Amino acid sequence: MNLDLMRKLTDARGVSGQEEEAREVILAAIDGHVEDVRVDALGNVLARKPGARGADLPRVLVTAHMDEIGFMLRSIDNDGLLRVYPVGGVDARILPGLRVSVGPAGVPGVFVWKPIHLGREQRTVALDNLRIDIGASDRAGAAAHAKPGDMITFPGEFTTIGDGVVRGKALDNRAGCALLVELLQGDPLPCDLLVAFTTQEEIGLRGASVVVEALQPDLAIVLESTPAHDLPDLAADPDEGIAFNPSTRQGAGPVITVMDTRVIVDPRLLRWLRATADAEGIPHQIKSAHGGGNDAGAIHVAGSGVPTAAISMPARYVHGPAALLRVSDFEHSLALLRAALNSVSPALLAHD
Amino acid sequence: MFELNAHLREMVEAHAPSGHEGPLRDYLSGVWAPLADELSTDGLGSLIASKRPTREQQPSLRIMLAAHMDEIGLMVREVVDGFISLHRISGVDNRVLPAQAVLVHGRRPLPGLVAAKPPHMLPMAERERYEPMDHLLVDVGLEPAEVEDLVQPGDLITQDAPMIELQNGRLAGKAMDDRASVAALTVCLQQLQTLQHGHEVCAVATAQEETGLLGARTAAWRVKPDIAIALDVDFAVQPGVEADNSVELGKGPALPVGPNFHRKLGERLRATAKRHEIPLQGGVISGASGTDAWAIQVARAGVPTALLGIPVRNMHSPVETLDPRDIERAGRLLALFIAEVEGDFLPAAARKGDTP
Repeated sequence: MNLDLMRKLTDARGVSGQEEEAREVILAAIDGHVEDVRVDALGNVLARKPGARGADLPRVLVTAHMDEIGFMLRSIDNDGLLRVYPVGGVDARILPGLRVSVGPAGVPGVFVWKPIHLGREQRTVALDNLRIDIGASDRAGAAAHAKPGDMITFPGEFTTIGDGVVRGKALDNRAGCALLVELLQGDPLPCDLLVAFTTQEEIGLRGASVVVEALQPDLAIVLESTPAHDLPDLAADPDEGIAFNPSTRQGAGPVITVMDTRVIVDPRLLRWLRATADAEGIPHQIKSAHGGGNDAGAIHVAGSGVPTAAISMPARYVHGPAALLRVSDFEHSLALLRAALNSVSPALLAHD
Repeated sequence: MFELNAHLREMVEAHAPSGHEGPLRDYLSGVWAPLADELSTDGLGSLIASKRPTREQQPSLRIMLAAHMDEIGLMVREVVDGFISLHRISGVDNRVLPAQAVLVHGRRPLPGLVAAKPPHMLPMAERERYEPMDHLLVDVGLEPAEVEDLVQPGDLITQDAPMIELQNGRLAGKAMDDRASVAALTVCLQQLQTLQHGHEVCAVATAQEETGLLGARTAAWRVKPDIAIALDVDFAVQPGVEADNSVELGKGPALPVGPNFHRKLGERLRATAKRHEIPLQGGVISGASGTDAWAIQVARAGVPTALLGIPVRNMHSPVETLDPRDIERAGRLLALFIAEVEGDFLPAAARKGDTP
């Protein structure tokens, strides 16, 4: 893992629809490693990396979404506090007392929280009833630094912690972007690679839904970060067993999706990825039927249909201000991706 | 050149929960030593800076100033499969903990995060309530065996929350409660370097306020003051807080009235503020103030006591927010009061050496 790249990618601020900062980092990082770079009508970054035997092999689309969850400024109260809308799946339960960055300039702000001395209500306060304080004393004071429509993100504070773990905001899915960038910066592959860094995944797979029309791939691989919550569940009733499904585990390698709420992965691609991982001795895990969804949901039904698989990195605490990702899971994901792409053959898409 | 924000940052970024005030006491000893004649420590660890009168005045009082230097915090309950469960040290709010960065003070400091379940797969019923304290876990990104080796029950856990600057010079961070007030004591001692004063001053950074006003009790016994002024944070106006139970940020310290406070001492402080055009806000506390003033008032044979409040939003969160001008005003008011107050303004105040 290129830590400097990961820092730049996760510290870049870009909620769905306002991905400019992340896009700039990506364009700079892939410059010279790809051809036909362009930004489409939805802000997706599209590119091509020709393969040594491209004419003979299926054309593979590899994608990663570059938007992150966050907020959008809704209005300013008379007392100078900000009301916000969520952008993507934000959990109101984690917001009390968190810090944020407001607008293009990243004005610092904090989520206001009524002191525990004055009430201990344990029912979740909805985002509608939370306010952000940027230090202004009235509406005009706040309006000088923030305006409706401004994006609001968690502050970028990338760092490493523990043993081989990176901590940062927006690892969902800048980690996937980093994986794709490192793939593109590496040696050429036999097949033609079609590349899309997509926008607006978090609000409904919007960017991904138009890339197939532009790139015409034969198959696709979506790179993602997926929640891992492999912690002991202290809320579990010991008589009832495990109450919370961890879904995936950190340190257990790339997650190969079998099915989620939006896609049933083509069995040919599933077999290919599992066989590749087994042959290369790459640790991996299977995720099936446990909610969620990603760009594969849009890509596999685009055009006349595109066989699509997803390789995800298990990350803890995604959609929060600081997620954790194990470097080994990143490296194993990259190894699996490279090995799979090196083995692409026309037979891969033959029907049984 | 004394820089208030830098001083405050040093203090709020230090890690010193109740009963473990050492790091703050060490730092503060360095800052206060050149400003006082004598530094001492009481049995619970409160730091007392004594400054003798610099001019003749009769009668001369011993004035105690108190602000607590401890902060709320957490303690390791046990290590479970490499994750850390929590005990709270005093009034920690479970609702602000998930997704917050913390520092686990094991064999070496370990940065960590309070785990929060991802919303993607959380059952609806669980989304409706905050996680109770005893379900929360800290993740330090290490293998279980390593965590077992580095962390044991009883180790401290503190918030890892650097101070940030907001608009209008407002500041947000942890432990503003009550290091904002400690900073006001430093401002006062600074100002007393140039103001002549006829009273003895004992500025006290008290220990263990959050666990029951303990340091103030023992420090007041040791100092044996004639009068005392405690400083603590006060609720600032914000959503959810009643307007008549809060004060505004940046409009000066609060000087509340109530049975915990000596009326004439309050009036005399207000007169000094008025004379020097220092803005001051009011407030009503009908019983226990929940501050060091409550303990000091009944120390030894009783002490006429007042309270100055620094307005703070989001108390007991990692983003306690204030306007540093209120700190400067509180410190300046204290210094001017000490320099100007008549020794006999309060006939009821027991004099030094008197045995009640």
